[in-house]
Amino acid sequence: MPPEAMGKVLVIFAHPAFHRSRTNRVLVEAARSAEGVTVHDLYETYPDFLIDARAEQRLLEEHDAVVLQHPFFWYSSPALVKEWLDLVLQYGWAYGEKGDALRGKVMAQAITAGGPEDAYQREGTNHFSVRELLSPFEQTARLCGMAYAEAFTVHAANHIGDPDRTAAGERYVEWLTAIRDGSASLWLPGPG
Amino acid sequence: MAFESVFLQAFIYLAAALVAVVAGKRLGLGAVLGYLIIGAAIGPWGLGLIGGESEQITHFAEFGVVVMLFLVGLEMRPTELWRMRRQIFGLGGMQVVLCSLGLAAAAVAFGCHWKPALAMGLILAMSSTAIVLQSLAEKNLLRTEAGQNSFAVLLFQDLAVIPIIAALPLLATGGAREAAAHASHDWMEGWPAWGRGLVTLGAVVLVVIIARLATRPLFRAIAKTRQREAFTAASLILIIGIALLMTKVGLSAALGTFVAGVVLANSEYRHELESDLEPFKGLLLGLFFLGVGVGIDFGHIGRFPGTVLGLAAGLIVVKAVLIYGLARLHRSPRESSFVFAAALAGGGEFAFVLIGLAISSGVFNETQAKTLTAGVAISMAATPLLILASHRLTARAMKKPVSDRESDLHDEGAPVIICGFGRFGHIVGRLLRTQGVHSTVLDNDPDQVDTLRAIGMPVFFGDAGRPDMLLTAGAARAKILVITLKDPAITLNIIETARKYFPHLQIFVRAYSRAEAYELLDAGEQRIYRDTLDSSLTMGTDVLRELGMPAYTAYRAAKLYRRRDEVFLRKMAKHRHQDDDAFLSAAREVQKTLDKVMREEPGHGIGDEGWSPPLADPNKETP
Repeated sequence: MPPEAMGKVLVIFAHPAFHRSRTNRVLVEAARSAEGVTVHDLYETYPDFLIDARAEQRLLEEHDAVVLQHPFFWYSSPALVKEWLDLVLQYGWAYGEKGDALRGKVMAQAITAGGPEDAYQREGTNHFSVRELLSPFEQTARLCGMAYAEAFTVHAANHIGDPDRTAAGERYVEWLTAIRDGSASLWLPGPG
Repeated sequence: MAFESVFLQAFIYLAAALVAVVAGKRLGLGAVLGYLIIGAAIGPWGLGLIGGESEQITHFAEFGVVVMLFLVGLEMRPTELWRMRRQIFGLGGMQVVLCSLGLAAAAVAFGCHWKPALAMGLILAMSSTAIVLQSLAEKNLLRTEAGQNSFAVLLFQDLAVIPIIAALPLLATGGAREAAAHASHDWMEGWPAWGRGLVTLGAVVLVVIIARLATRPLFRAIAKTRQREAFTAASLILIIGIALLMTKVGLSAALGTFVAGVVLANSEYRHELESDLEPFKGLLLGLFFLGVGVGIDFGHIGRFPGTVLGLAAGLIVVKAVLIYGLARLHRSPRESSFVFAAALAGGGEFAFVLIGLAISSGVFNETQAKTLTAGVAISMAATPLLILASHRLTARAMKKPVSDRESDLHDEGAPVIICGFGRFGHIVGRLLRTQGVHSTVLDNDPDQVDTLRAIGMPVFFGDAGRPDMLLTAGAARAKILVITLKDPAITLNIIETARKYFPHLQIFVRAYSRAEAYELLDAGEQRIYRDTLDSSLTMGTDVLRELGMPAYTAYRAAKLYRRRDEVFLRKMAKHRHQDDDAFLSAAREVQKTLDKVMREEPGHGIGDEGWSPPLADPNKETP
């Protein structure tokens, strides 16, 4: 649940089997420790998938940036993130006529992927780059008039050791701080 | 010796009762008729197993009638009784007056003097509360118009006995008038009429006060001891006490306990009282019917077959015709008037008391009294048969069973019928309603119905346990039948009826327990909803969350548990018919499997193979 909405960055976290994901646990803890960051756990809040769209919208309105943090399941997000996008980004609010609630804000993704970094290229096993695979999200940000920052990725997340994990956490805080301060590098700039 | 003979008697009576019930039910005659026939068979004119003590036993067994009236009272709320006031006094009064005069006229026509003729009329106008109510209950007719009318008239007869007892001595033709006064061994003898009236009224008021004020704290205190036998004792004390008090002031004990029952109808101890007294009622009534059977004097019938049988037949015909006419005058439909007339056409147990009184008052001589007693006994024995026959005839004549005036149910054309609108059913109904799905709701609790109607729920009064209500509720047009009743027997009964007559209905049924779920599976039902399964799982989920398990993990654990338990339930249902050892070992096996499946991942407590990260080398084929 959202604490008092001091933070400017909203981390929408989603992992259906959180107890199995050591890497995500480290990342979530890191995010919680970062200043100006609110962590909102979707599977914890909506175990029955019954999303309260209005509450989610309010949360987004109170923040300047939204980070979707999740494992990169099948080149995409866990189901609840899709459900969240489907229900929360309503016509007339997020896009379409008078739909400018998110305009000028920043969207970004923090993902943990099973494959190593070199798998995500034309010649690699996964054939596409991470950015290419995330293109539906990027286009979503575009439609809502948002900037889309370069994604934060932890590769081979199931296989890295604890030191690497800790390092990933520190890197994550730096990245979140950059998002908060508007200094993160963008894949897609905001609408002027 | 005495000890042994008491046990022998008890043994004979209980064995006879058992045979009577089993045989009566098997032959479709009903238990009451079974009792009467078996009673006659073991009596002095049959096998002779039971002899002169039958009168004592009958006295004891009359207590069964008292208990029955108390239970009937419990079922009847004061408002309901008030609604029946016109039936009780109008129909009841007319029945007693009309039948007394009609029967007296018939007796005069056969050359009787008008005084004993009138006495005969008054005596024979009474019907048997015990036999009629029990037979109607067996045929599920109590709630029908005919049943309600019969009940109202019987109630009035109980009231009418008092003035009849007072009037009988006046009809004596002989000189034995002074015997009459002693016959009723009345301690208020010689009191002024207003004094007697005051005492009688005081006794009734006392009963109401006891029932309303004293029982609550008493029962609460006893209930707290959690000793069931204490409660049973208290229930019996209440009934016996009231019966004694009523007898003391010359009122019918049955009437007194009936009043007490009505007063307690809204009490929270109602169901407890019912379940405690029900076995006593059944057994004592059985004894009572046996006693009536035993008491039939076949010797006397053998000596005067024409007179006795003619009397019995005449009694039934005259009463039936008059009562039928009366009911039609009251604008009852033909069919229910027919059942009503058949139910009340026979004589009743009050006749035995009144005949005894009439002898001592010098109204009748021995032979006349014996003929009357035998005739009444035969007509009583015929009553269950008459009810059975009239019910069969009318059921065939009418396409649907006897209409139910008590119920304001009608076919709303709703796609869903919900039987039972208690704590389970009402949630189903309300959910459907929020989605604009109309359902016809049946509940047999008038208070519940009133409350729900007051808040705008379209609930109808109707005994959902009666299969014929399904038709009235529009089962022919509905698509879905939801049964959320607590009683498994009634539930199975409805399922059977629905399958037979409305095979198109999709049945959704609530199971109160796992055991009931097995029974429903045996009956071939698939859509079974175990009472508290989901809320228990919700609670379990919340406990897991409180212990630190992620919400979604806990949620899935409960869902998975539910799914697997449904599978196991169906597996176990098949094992249930094996012998105990096989069942238990199957149950152990299933339990072990369930535990294993649910705990296959050490340290995490739930087996949920979803989103398991690959354990093999990550370099290949991993998203």
